[in-house]
Amino acid sequence: MNEATDLLIIGAGPAGMAAALAATSSGAHIVLLDDNPLPGGQIWRDGPQANLPSAARHLRDQLRNCTNVRCHAGTRVIACAADKTLLVEDAERGWQIRYERLILCTGARELLLPFPGWTLPGVTGAGGLQALIKGGLPVRGERLVIAGSGPLLLASAATAKHQGAQVVRIAEQASRGAVAGFAGQLPRWPGKFFQSFSLFDSHYRTDTHVVEALGRERLEGVRLHQQGKTIELACDRLACGFGLIPNTQLGQALGCAIEDQALAVDAWQATTRREHYAAGECTGFGGSELALVEGAIAGHAAVGNSAAAQQLWPRRARWQGFARALNTAFVLDPRLKALARSDTLVCRCEDVPYGELVDHENWREAKLASRCGMGACQGRVCAAALEHLFGWTPPLPRPPFSPARIETLLELEETPPT
Amino acid sequence: MPDLFLDGRPLYVANGTSVAAALALGADGCSRTSVSGQRRAPLCGMGICQECRVLIDGRLRLACQTLCLDGMHVQTRP
Repeated sequence: MNEATDLLIIGAGPAGMAAALAATSSGAHIVLLDDNPLPGGQIWRDGPQANLPSAARHLRDQLRNCTNVRCHAGTRVIACAADKTLLVEDAERGWQIRYERLILCTGARELLLPFPGWTLPGVTGAGGLQALIKGGLPVRGERLVIAGSGPLLLASAATAKHQGAQVVRIAEQASRGAVAGFAGQLPRWPGKFFQSFSLFDSHYRTDTHVVEALGRERLEGVRLHQQGKTIELACDRLACGFGLIPNTQLGQALGCAIEDQALAVDAWQATTRREHYAAGECTGFGGSELALVEGAIAGHAAVGNSAAAQQLWPRRARWQGFARALNTAFVLDPRLKALARSDTLVCRCEDVPYGELVDHENWREAKLASRCGMGACQGRVCAAALEHLFGWTPPLPRPPFSPARIETLLELEETPPT
Repeated sequence: MPDLFLDGRPLYVANGTSVAAALALGADGCSRTSVSGQRRAPLCGMGICQECRVLIDGRLRLACQTLCLDGMHVQTRP
């Protein structure tokens, strides 16, 4: 059963939800697609151990009441089937969706950098741990170390503590001066200023980064470089994330240009391809407030309501300022590029160690020689890491964009819907 | 309260629990064995890294993006 729609939105986080709500008054038929079981994205992920803010619930209820918005949860994009037609798959079936206009709200993922021991069970991303806890992962009584960079470390710690975990260290790689400078700017965004108080934790240390995850079969402890000294802490979990990187793969596959590792957009949130828009973290990291306003602008613009879109420009500029302050404060220390040892696995799908990669010139050469990036994640983890470590340009995405069933791929043979 | 089977053993979890969480609630949290024989567990928690892929009712699916359902069979050592 194929499908046709006026407006297709990929990603039901803050940007995608705001885009759908902004576009709905036009009466256009809208399809909202997301690969998670419920809308909300990463920040508003619901689950048995999640505390959804009321603003998120309100948006979700509003969306549910829109008769012209159809939501497909648990659905991912597999391939481009024809012009303005995508092949998608859920747990049961594969089908094609043809659209007139598209808004990409594909969000961001964590930058995960390889260090000795990072493949041990018990080591996760920082936002990754938060997402897993919201989904019901038990952490009560466990000792946690949260490391990496950015405000997400504090948010993840808050979620873990709320579920009864003991956070023994929050290791921020940025310097004390950089973090203090950022905190000093927070009063410009009062909501963020007050939020920062609720997140404060006495185990927070700046100038501190992970050196090694310790353990045999699973994580038993962590070695940190803390303000000039090397220390070891026993722990049950290590959550480590080095900031966020935009998910640009689908946009790139559709021919949208990239700028500064994000999808390039103009003032209307339009990409370089006509009738294709992008909003939220896939256009550059900026937080949920920026994602909401960008999503609304894209939604209005995509249905031709320029006046409503333009009215939101000042609000977007305000949150772009916050994004700039954030991105300047938490720039990664070059020392983080030297954590991996020769035998540290970089590609976790094909188990390719650092030593097999370091002498190559570029991604393609390394991939052909080692199978790096040829596994199930298609380099989403290792190519991003190697772009950071060696400056290698990641490969252009190729279909299937995610592992897919044969029956789904056979749907490519079907005539696209009209 | 979904009642599922994790590597053959029965397990009860709260409504809305992800399969990734169920791996830790019912066993050691591991999801798969890597190509060089290491046990691995969910990493990114958001459908990117593919470390949490498990066999669910005969199909490979991501544990972090799948909710537990009554009667589900989850295998981490297929």
